[in-house]
Amino acid sequence: MTNFWSGYIVVLTLTCLGLILWLLLATRKGQRSEQTDETVGHSFDGIEEYDNPLPRWWFVLFVSTMVFGAFYLFLYPGLGKWQGYLEWTSVKEYQAEVEKAEEQFAPIFARYNAMPVEEVAKDQEANRIGQRLFATNCSVCHGSDARGAFGFPNLTDNDWLYGGDPETIKTTLRGGRQAAMPAWLGVIGEDGVRNVSGYVRSLSGLETENVDLAAGAETFKNTCVACHGAEGKGNQQMGAPNLTDDIWLYGSSFLQVQQTLRYGRNGHMPSQAHLGEDKIHMLASYIYSLSHKDEQ
Amino acid sequence: MSTATTPTAYNYKVVRQFAVMTVIWGIVGMAMGVFIASQLVWPELNFGLPWTSFGRLRPLHTNAVIFAFGGSALFATSYYVVQRTSQARLVSDGLAAFTFWGWQAVIVLAVITLPMGLTSTKEYAELEWPIDILIAVVWVSYALVFFGTIMKRKMKHIYVGNWFFGGFIITVAVLHIVNSMAVPVSLTKSYSMYAGATDAMIQWWYGHNAVGFFLTAGFLGMMYYFVPKQAERPIYSYRLSIVHFWALISIYIWAGPHHLHYTALPDWAQSLGMVMSLILLAPSWGGMINGMMTLSGAWHKLRTDPILRFLVVALAFYGMSTFEGPMMAIKTVNALSHYTDWTIGHVHAGALGWVAMISIGSLYHMIPKIFGREAMYSTPLINAHFWLATIGTVLYIVAMWVNGITQGLMWRAVNVDGTPTYSFVEALEASHPGYVVRMIGGAFFLLGMLLMAYNVWRTVRHSKPAEVVAAAQTA
Repeated sequence: MTNFWSGYIVVLTLTCLGLILWLLLATRKGQRSEQTDETVGHSFDGIEEYDNPLPRWWFVLFVSTMVFGAFYLFLYPGLGKWQGYLEWTSVKEYQAEVEKAEEQFAPIFARYNAMPVEEVAKDQEANRIGQRLFATNCSVCHGSDARGAFGFPNLTDNDWLYGGDPETIKTTLRGGRQAAMPAWLGVIGEDGVRNVSGYVRSLSGLETENVDLAAGAETFKNTCVACHGAEGKGNQQMGAPNLTDDIWLYGSSFLQVQQTLRYGRNGHMPSQAHLGEDKIHMLASYIYSLSHKDEQ
Repeated sequence: MSTATTPTAYNYKVVRQFAVMTVIWGIVGMAMGVFIASQLVWPELNFGLPWTSFGRLRPLHTNAVIFAFGGSALFATSYYVVQRTSQARLVSDGLAAFTFWGWQAVIVLAVITLPMGLTSTKEYAELEWPIDILIAVVWVSYALVFFGTIMKRKMKHIYVGNWFFGGFIITVAVLHIVNSMAVPVSLTKSYSMYAGATDAMIQWWYGHNAVGFFLTAGFLGMMYYFVPKQAERPIYSYRLSIVHFWALISIYIWAGPHHLHYTALPDWAQSLGMVMSLILLAPSWGGMINGMMTLSGAWHKLRTDPILRFLVVALAFYGMSTFEGPMMAIKTVNALSHYTDWTIGHVHAGALGWVAMISIGSLYHMIPKIFGREAMYSTPLINAHFWLATIGTVLYIVAMWVNGITQGLMWRAVNVDGTPTYSFVEALEASHPGYVVRMIGGAFFLLGMLLMAYNVWRTVRHSKPAEVVAAAQTA
């Protein structure tokens, strides 16, 4: 803040409060000490006004709030560049709270940090912590039961787009993921979209009427195998889904598959790095536990 | 009806028009409120359609109750009060008529564009730029009519009610024009001229003063005429009027930052906003004291006069919500109350308890007079309306207090491991009973408005042109 704007704020604030205090005292001056039946002599459409004094308790209330205000503006930032006697800032307060929380909770997390994810996943208390972290940070997309929704993967079925080993889950949490299924309409045309959609559905045993499966297979071979592989079993390095397992992130109907092919899909998992390594460890363990229930 | 006017008569035509529209828009806006309250109880009522979804209908509700209902009430009463307390006819019938039709056009455009999803996204200033320009033109015309009439007054002094109406008209013009500054990219889309925290600060400077000037100063103007008139008592203290008027208008304008506590707004601005909000308590209460104490010597009238009861209960709710406001502006309290239903409860303590009740009381006083009738068609119906409105308001605000504090406590509760005890949806589930009670409270209030509409219709139906003309004669 420049000196000019700091001065502007100080002068405006103090002038405003000063004038009000002056008005309050000036109006009080010369007022009657008792309640009265005398009016000030005006009459508007028959309405008159008594010349009663300002109620004493009201005057005291008014002055006390102004005194409180002055005191507060002495202690805290408010008057332009004045930092306040306490040198308080919201950033400092936030940092102090974070530090206090870390001090208090670090031992709990440290115990689990020393254990591998597979072990933490079997710990009931750890899973309760993980579940609460999940409910707060993940459930908006993946659902409170972690079973996902349209466009948001189910995390309980042990089917993984990018891999389900502990380290990969952590990588996903830390960095997020950006899927990129390109739009194919411009390359393979409407007929291509129809035939390939039919073919892709056939990979998981779904039948589609009026499509040329052979032509679809041919187009698939030329355009889709780079990511999804020759057998359509996908590639976790690229986040390309397995197309043969009857798990459909964007729906399995003929119309939905065509939509996916025609315009592409761009699933986005945001980075959770802001949670810190301790919580990512707990979350990874919880997510890991969801598809390893039988081992617990 | 044909109402020939003479130079010695007040212009009651525009007052009658605005008065009737106040009742109609009140029903529309409150029905919309009850509907969206029901959506929060039964989300299926969104019908899966964009234009019936909560997100689009909520601004329609707020615009309808604040600007259509509240605005029409302010136009009606300010035109009535300024004429009677200045003993002068409105300075221009043509311009006054323009403000009526212009304002109705603004409302109709809001009813069309908001459900279509056309919005500037600024709360209480959602309307897009062409409508904003129309509002500005109508508002400047309003100022010309009002202040022109003040200048024609027959006495030296200006009545205190008119100070408040005048302060409200000038400030709302400034607020509306500054906050609505935008860069248009098409007829239906624009971007705010301000960016980031500055945009947020300008928006809440506007937003809070929409409350402070539109919903407080304007309605205090109404209070200063209709309370002494209905009680037939002088105003308690002229000195108090002076101090609380100047203090109110000069402090309110600073209070906006309390809407942005614990955000990217710089600390100094948050502190100033909080301090000024606290100092606002006494100036706000000045109006309540002056209104309440005006009744001294006339308290017995409350037993028989439901109109006076409306006015006094309005003042009580005004006192309560202007106490609650400064408390919620304290940062420590705000840390709990912000983003919860407590805020919605606070707004409705003011909107239903103060704004709507003072308007309803004033209209019951004014409508027979501008239609040349002795009194409203039915006093028992006014009484029934009073109880429906009071009970409805209490149900509403109590439900929101309980919900707000529940939500605030659930959101901040943490386990021994530092994780939140409750997920968001658990706090939402806990709020469900409160939403049901709120909806019932809102329905009570709406039901009262329907009684009022019937009562007004029966009153107006019997009015005769000759009586209407006679009523408008200057004393």
